[in-house]
Amino acid sequence: MTARVITITSGKGGVGKTTTTANLGVALASLGNKVVCVDADIGLRNLDVVMGLENRIVYDLVDVIEGRARLRQAMIKDKRLKDELYLIPAAQTRDKTAVSPSDMVRLCDELRPLVDYILIDSPAGIERGFRNAVAPADQVLIVTNPEVSSVRDADRIIGLIEAEGKGPGYLIINRVKPEMVKRGDMLSPEDIIDILAIELIGLIPEDEEILVSTNRGAPAAMNPESNRAGRAFMNIAHRLMGETVPFLSIDDEPTWFQRLLRSLGLGGEAANHTAPINQRRSAPSAPPPAREEKPAAKAAAPSTSSGSDTSAASGASPEGKKAASDEVEVSAKTTRTRKKRTP
Amino acid sequence: MSILSRLFGGKEPSSREVAKERLQLVLVHDRSNLSPEQVERMKDEILEVISRYVEFDPQMVNIRLTNQERESILHAEIPIYPGQRRRRATTTT
Repeated sequence: MTARVITITSGKGGVGKTTTTANLGVALASLGNKVVCVDADIGLRNLDVVMGLENRIVYDLVDVIEGRARLRQAMIKDKRLKDELYLIPAAQTRDKTAVSPSDMVRLCDELRPLVDYILIDSPAGIERGFRNAVAPADQVLIVTNPEVSSVRDADRIIGLIEAEGKGPGYLIINRVKPEMVKRGDMLSPEDIIDILAIELIGLIPEDEEILVSTNRGAPAAMNPESNRAGRAFMNIAHRLMGETVPFLSIDDEPTWFQRLLRSLGLGGEAANHTAPINQRRSAPSAPPPAREEKPAAKAAAPSTSSGSDTSAASGASPEGKKAASDEVEVSAKTTRTRKKRTP
Repeated sequence: MSILSRLFGGKEPSSREVAKERLQLVLVHDRSNLSPEQVERMKDEILEVISRYVEFDPQMVNIRLTNQERESILHAEIPIYPGQRRRRATTTT
């Protein structure tokens, strides 16, 4: 067993790095992987409270690096999951200079044989803490919000990651409000991909359940059936594992006018005008594993047509219109992003 | 653009469009690590060099930085006056 090291970063603070790390940890573990989450935000420890493991900390990252504790002693096991999820917490009383990038590389090399995934929660900013978090990474996930300052910072981070040879990174757009996008008051996922020109790996809708689950210290991905954000995190975990999971449509939640039209038996094509981006390029004979949230119409579309860009429009059957949506889809414009690569 | 603003013939771009445009502009400078003033100075210097060799209408000059994917590109469009040759004197320093 040799783990893949995935660093979650953003540049700007408060966009959801820690929430993403905690939820991806839970999601990957619940799919049968051994996962360890490492909080690299020395001095501003937070991953422990978001994961709900704050009462069990004895040793931290700096204790391990400075040799006061063995690695195993600092790995706190999440007992709620039957699979293995661990946390290595940050030190609260030290600062970022207590750890160097080479310390992090050494720590991860020691962890690699023990688990399948190592998730590193990066601090905000572009200084030492960020470099510590990125140094051991095999793959970098950049979290952004549909908002100018976080997109700008994400762009800077993408540049730095490319300069470090860790690029290009994969994008997670967090806190998307489909209603605001439709109203023209929020950058759409396709706008952001257009600007940043990196591959998308997740779209997380704004969901109050994130705050509620953080209050309780039980990440939303522990109950993915009860909330959209949790399902979106599960989808990212599947994609990280190399599976193709479609991004669901932004129009899955119909407006009152569309609902009215549909109740009269009219309209409906608007809901399915875009094809899932992952399916657009993949062979139609290889649909992603069936999952309950996948809209029926979209699942059918690529197999009946030859997988062309606009084929999904024909799949506007009544059953397909109202699908449970956990994500919002980006439309056909995303084809101009870099070529597909299995993460 | 929402249906409402289209109905009322609104010409004002949505805040989403404004955000995208502003971001694209600011990222041109971020990525090239050049401030707008530096870009202006560079333009002036480029034109100064070119004017030693050919004549052109300064009004028709179009020099700008753009982004393509993640690369910054400097575009320069400088239509040259046809058939006119400048005095050689200015080309030597």
